[in-house]
Amino acid sequence: MDTLTGQKMTQTPQTAAMTQAELAGRSVRLTARDVTVHYGAKQALHGISIDIPDRAVTSFIGPSGCGKSTFLRCINRMNDTIEGAKVGGTIKLDGEDIYDPSLDVVELRARIGMVFQKPNPFPKSIYDNVAYGPRIHGLAGSKADLDEIVHSSLRKAGLWQEVKDRLSESGTGLSGGQQQRLCIARAIAVGPEVILMDEPCSALDPIATAIIEELIDELRENYTIVIVTHSMQQAARVSQRTAFFHLGNLIEEGNTSDIFTNPKNKQTQDYITGRIG
Amino acid sequence: MTTEASMARVVPERTLLIRNKLRRRHTSETIFRGLGLLAIILALGFVALLFTDIFRKGIPAFTQSNMHLSVTFDPAVITTGPAPVRTAGQTDADFRDLSLKWQREVAMLNWNKIVEASVRAAAPAGYEIDTKTILTIPETDARHRIREMFVADPSLLGKTVKVDVLASANADNWIKGSIDRSLGDAQQQLKASARALIDQFVTNGTISMGFSWSLLTNVDSRAAPASSGLLGAFVGSLYMMLIVILLAVPIGVCAAIYLEEFAPKSRLTDFIEVNINNLAAVPSIVFGLLGAAVFINYLHLPISAPLVGGLVLTLMTLPTIIIATRGALLGVSPALRQAALGMGASKTQMVFHHVLPVTFPSILTATIIGVAHALGETAPLLLIGMKAFVASVPATPIDQSSALPVQIYLWQGNENRNFFEPHTAAAIMVLLALMITLNGIAVFLRSRLERRA
Repeated sequence: MDTLTGQKMTQTPQTAAMTQAELAGRSVRLTARDVTVHYGAKQALHGISIDIPDRAVTSFIGPSGCGKSTFLRCINRMNDTIEGAKVGGTIKLDGEDIYDPSLDVVELRARIGMVFQKPNPFPKSIYDNVAYGPRIHGLAGSKADLDEIVHSSLRKAGLWQEVKDRLSESGTGLSGGQQQRLCIARAIAVGPEVILMDEPCSALDPIATAIIEELIDELRENYTIVIVTHSMQQAARVSQRTAFFHLGNLIEEGNTSDIFTNPKNKQTQDYITGRIG
Repeated sequence: MTTEASMARVVPERTLLIRNKLRRRHTSETIFRGLGLLAIILALGFVALLFTDIFRKGIPAFTQSNMHLSVTFDPAVITTGPAPVRTAGQTDADFRDLSLKWQREVAMLNWNKIVEASVRAAAPAGYEIDTKTILTIPETDARHRIREMFVADPSLLGKTVKVDVLASANADNWIKGSIDRSLGDAQQQLKASARALIDQFVTNGTISMGFSWSLLTNVDSRAAPASSGLLGAFVGSLYMMLIVILLAVPIGVCAAIYLEEFAPKSRLTDFIEVNINNLAAVPSIVFGLLGAAVFINYLHLPISAPLVGGLVLTLMTLPTIIIATRGALLGVSPALRQAALGMGASKTQMVFHHVLPVTFPSILTATIIGVAHALGETAPLLLIGMKAFVASVPATPIDQSSALPVQIYLWQGNENRNFFEPHTAAAIMVLLALMITLNGIAVFLRSRLERRA
């Protein structure tokens, strides 16, 4: 365990440095323009515009209630499920408006997966948890296909070694960190293009957090990842792009290294240095 | 302790303040605990009282007085010719006509003479008792039993066979002491000669007590009260339960799912919700009136049939099931819903793959308790004609039938109080046993399903 965290410490700066150069070459995957959200009479987001690059980790930081989670939930239209939530502006995935009435939200959510703050595996077996997405979307032609998807998803989520002998046991019997990795495996089993993570480590201990962070770093190679986090250290460790939200506004966004070392906005600087938040 | 501590060091004023208050807090807690305990004891006491009373009254009804008689099929009484035998060249119809004619003749015979003779045979030689009085000892259906034996096997003519018949309800009362033995002749149900003979029968073993199978395997009877049983009412109740389960459960669960998961929140749904809650509070007799008006007067469904009873009870149970199901759905954690939706499950998939399986134990429990409640409901059944005396087992749900709670009501009002009071309590015991079984199943399934989830 010690070696694991130690390894993480030494790895982090390398990762950030490595992606600096790479990042410039990445195309824009998600575009948001003037996104507003009202919960009833209360406005939660005031015109957010941001570009999210392909195959990189973008983190949203900011104090509680700043709207970062609300914005994240706009991206896969989870706000649709909230009574009285109204979303304005446009969000485009590969140039396609995700709020277009002709677009099927079920299809959108198959393309944009989500991992929640609290690990929420289904009260079913580990296998069924991962197989659920491919099953409902009809992604596996045969039992063998499905097995392959489940196994590779668990491998990608770094959970395979721990659960390969007990796939039929309930997913809720795993530890918190394992449950969260199971949720990640469940999300990637559908083969999404974007993975949204809403404070995925806030309910986990530091060791489980380190494992998830490492996993996020690996997943970046194949997926566009957006992560909401309370921990600035986490944002610094795992993301290449960072956006700072405050009171429903996007204050500043840019390369993670720039935001943390050289913020342009005073509010950002105050938050990063711990003066607000 | 307190003084010791205060001597050892000065207790700050704040602590003293808290301590003062603490005593009051502890007192109020003790009082509340005491009251709670008292409430439990009172509630349990009443339940215990109810159960002891029912058991004390009902248990005697589970034994019956059997008379072991030697019946002689006396050719002097059975004067009809032998049963017709089929001869060559006879058509089916002819043979059937002859058989029926013979059976009618057999039915016209005075079978009571044979019953009387067999009872007399069991009595000490020369015992003085008149015909009318001696026939009050066996139940009135004894002659039918004996006649049916003869019709089934005409070769019994002239033979003597052992037959068990029931003692009459009045004899049963006398034997069990359900009637005060010290009462004068004028207040007794049986004549002195019959009472004395019954006592002799009990001593010499002609009458013995046995488990009252007739209570469970016979239908209600007025002519022969000792043989009356619950089977008809039991089957009627069973049909109604089936109808309630088949109708109320799917309709109730679907309505609840729609209201809770799919219906847009609007004035209309609020209105519906309020009214469902109101319906749950409507007295059951009103549902009976509704059933009589709609199902019988308007739809012309048969009166006093389990079908109509089941429909009325369905209406009555629906709000209970809807409310319980909605409560269960409401209790499902939003995390599970989000997980399903986040995976791209449609709303229907979310409900049927994730929400329903989790709530299934609660829905099941609510359903079984709702059905058990419906099973014990009497008032609406009275209004749709189910209080009629029905002495048959309903073959289908549209046949006339009684129901367990109605049978209790009918027996409770029977004029032969001494005999039917234990019978009423016994019927209550059967009904309670059925309900406890149902609730037991609910508890068992719930714990099992919850362990699996």
